[in-house]
Amino acid sequence: MKTRVLTKLAMAVGGAAMLCSTAMAEEPVRGGTLVTTLPQTPRHLNPAVQSGIVTGAPGAQLFAAPLRYDEDWTPQPYLAESWEWSDDGLSMTLKLVQDARFHDGEPITSEDVAFSVDTIKANHPFKTMFGVVETVETPDAHTAVLKLSQPHPALLLAMSSQLMPIIPKHIYGDGQDPKAHPRNGQDVVGSGPFKFVEFTADQQVILERNDDFFIEGRPYLDRIVYRIIKDASARAIGMENGELHMTTFENTVRNIKRMSENENLVATDEGYAAIGPINWLAFNTGSDGPLADKRVRQAIAYAVDKKFILDAIMLGLSQDAKTGIHPGSPLYYPDVNGYDLDLDKANALLDEAGYPADSSGTRFSLTIDHGNPTTKPQAEFTKASLAKIGIDVTVNSFVDFPTWANKISNHDFDMTWDTVFNWGDPVIGVHRTYDSQNIKEGVIWSNTQQYQNAEIDRIMDEAGQEIDPEKRAALYKEFQEILAEDLPVYWTNTLPYHTIYNNKVGNPPLGIWASSSPYDLVFLKE
Amino acid sequence: MNILKVLAQRLSYALALLIAVLVLNFTMINLAPGDVVDTIAADMGGASAELMEQIRTEYGLDKPIIVQLGNYVWRVLQFDLGHSYFYNRPVTEMIFERLPATLLLVFSAQIFALILGILLGVFAAIRPNGILSHIVTLFALFGYAAPVFWTGILLLIAFSLNIPLFPVAGMRDVTIDGGFFPQALSVAHHLVLPMLSLGSIFIALYSRLCRASMLEVLGSDYIRTAKAKGLSPRDVTLKHGLKNALPPVVTLAGLQFSAVISGAVLVESVFSWPGLGQLALTSILARDTPTILGILFFSALVVIIGNLLTDLALRLIDPRIRKST
Repeated sequence: MKTRVLTKLAMAVGGAAMLCSTAMAEEPVRGGTLVTTLPQTPRHLNPAVQSGIVTGAPGAQLFAAPLRYDEDWTPQPYLAESWEWSDDGLSMTLKLVQDARFHDGEPITSEDVAFSVDTIKANHPFKTMFGVVETVETPDAHTAVLKLSQPHPALLLAMSSQLMPIIPKHIYGDGQDPKAHPRNGQDVVGSGPFKFVEFTADQQVILERNDDFFIEGRPYLDRIVYRIIKDASARAIGMENGELHMTTFENTVRNIKRMSENENLVATDEGYAAIGPINWLAFNTGSDGPLADKRVRQAIAYAVDKKFILDAIMLGLSQDAKTGIHPGSPLYYPDVNGYDLDLDKANALLDEAGYPADSSGTRFSLTIDHGNPTTKPQAEFTKASLAKIGIDVTVNSFVDFPTWANKISNHDFDMTWDTVFNWGDPVIGVHRTYDSQNIKEGVIWSNTQQYQNAEIDRIMDEAGQEIDPEKRAALYKEFQEILAEDLPVYWTNTLPYHTIYNNKVGNPPLGIWASSSPYDLVFLKE
Repeated sequence: MNILKVLAQRLSYALALLIAVLVLNFTMINLAPGDVVDTIAADMGGASAELMEQIRTEYGLDKPIIVQLGNYVWRVLQFDLGHSYFYNRPVTEMIFERLPATLLLVFSAQIFALILGILLGVFAAIRPNGILSHIVTLFALFGYAAPVFWTGILLLIAFSLNIPLFPVAGMRDVTIDGGFFPQALSVAHHLVLPMLSLGSIFIALYSRLCRASMLEVLGSDYIRTAKAKGLSPRDVTLKHGLKNALPPVVTLAGLQFSAVISGAVLVESVFSWPGLGQLALTSILARDTPTILGILFFSALVVIIGNLLTDLALRLIDPRIRKST
């Protein structure tokens, strides 16, 4: 364990050194317009009241957060020049940088921080981020103290990137509903490195340099144009013919392969560890059928060849994910059972569970839904794989998202392929899938598997409050071990998210928050 | 007098049809499981039960379907198409913002298909068993049979990537500053590929019909007379032949208008053309009921007006139709 941490550290140091050397080799250049993409139109641009990657990308340019993260999961000062836990872990003191101003010239004060926390807490879908924040005290204009009802280590990640944008109280505090505020999508006044110019649905978002940004000399770019292009092939062609400089969150493997073969383009999966998307096969463990028995779930995992998914369906572009925590996270624990293909073991487990094969070789029947058109190959592959161990599977075709979500969230399914995001800290995006308190009818991406384990509930409770990083990692190790044994879902791979950039782009956003990181360091080479 | 009576009759049918379009579509959308709140939750990467309940109450989605329908129809009768749940903006405003892009695409594709279709049809009719005629048929059938989004992607690969003549997406180059002409030129430049792929479906229809119609006309007595008079082959084909062969083609073009609009939905998605089609697709996937209904309402209106105009035009052109009513 310790050696692993050390290697990781060594790798990180090496990475940082490399970054430094490239940075030294390439002096950033001022000016230029970066043309990048969004795969769909955002509802609006205010991440305080809207999650999701298409709001987060321009949102992280418009609004600054107290902290930012480097490639190594280490928090760095941003709008807060320092941050400090109290000894009991019940309060967090933020010191804001002096002279930071909103885009309309008003100073950014601790009042705005308090207002932002309140707004996010009341309106953002991720209630676990600031749920335990009781009040925000503002002893002076540059000091904000977050008072917590219990220790909450996830707060650090929740104070970064798109999760905690500092929004101006003098604009959003006018009494209108923040979720439907007219300034969310037009005339946005932010605190970040780029200012709002234009947002036209299905066309583009245009931002320009904030000359008054609180970090001297930055940003380097004059403008960012986000072109809204829904068709993945069209984005790939735009990258290849040079019309686009960079595209993020690409996940169609054939297009990524094509683009990576182009000599002007670089394709990388770095930068998606915090968002942490994981593909899995979910089981309805609360159903009356065979899936309530963990031996059946294990048998299914043994029969579905993960290597085939990684090599043939994902073309080697996604990583093996053995648990519900993303492999890029420091809390990931890979030494659990990975359920490598073993049909004998699968058959033995099914026999043991009391499901013998009948005269035609069939044990029982199940259905499988695929939660997204892109997981159709996995669903078909599961059907073929499970036929080999006598499970007859019917594939329900994907109609559209609401139909699927309605079915799954009302627990009317046997198995489904799904993709769920970590969102930084496990408390924000991982716990929800396994928490027995979070079995909620009609809510997608709650504990739709109806999984219940008092031990897991206890570990999550403890880990959510454990300030000591080593103790916390030990708790999550146990968490991942128990889950790998219980297998409420069978995790197979990370989503093959890739950033593809033209080699004209300097300092592409490869930190843990990918395109939801501030682009103040990004530049265009001559 | 007669024509006014017909017009009044058609208009009352149209009104009934519009209300039927609204009621039927409203019911159909609500019969599907799931609603816009599920999509909003998904767009957020997950949501709490309380938040979802709160949004349902705000939008009145917790009320019985029949009450929601009543409220909706009542608002439409007051010329209010409501607010989009998903984008939180007035539906009418969103539709008018996108209507020009769609109309530009649809009309240019239609005109392109008509001109090329008629030309090809005439050529094919002059030598009905010649090799050119067969090539034209083959080419046209290919365009008709190929899915329009596939044609679109092929065109992109050919003319954006291999021979980079045209931009890959969008309607104009946002980095261009300047007056009306550079902007218009940029729009025209972006329009070429979407227009070609949308038009390709209809070239087959028009050229086949034009060919058949030409063959029929060219075999008639007055053509023989014209030839016997010693007119040049060109005059015979164009003045006497084409002029009489055209009306069926024009009628078909009028009737195909609704098909062109539905084809535009796919083409707009491939080329990121910011028109009604893309909005329709997004709203359907999001179950954004007011926006879907607004778009269907407008499309129905456009089709009704199109049919009405075709009807009236034919009555004016062709004396036989005027007499028969």
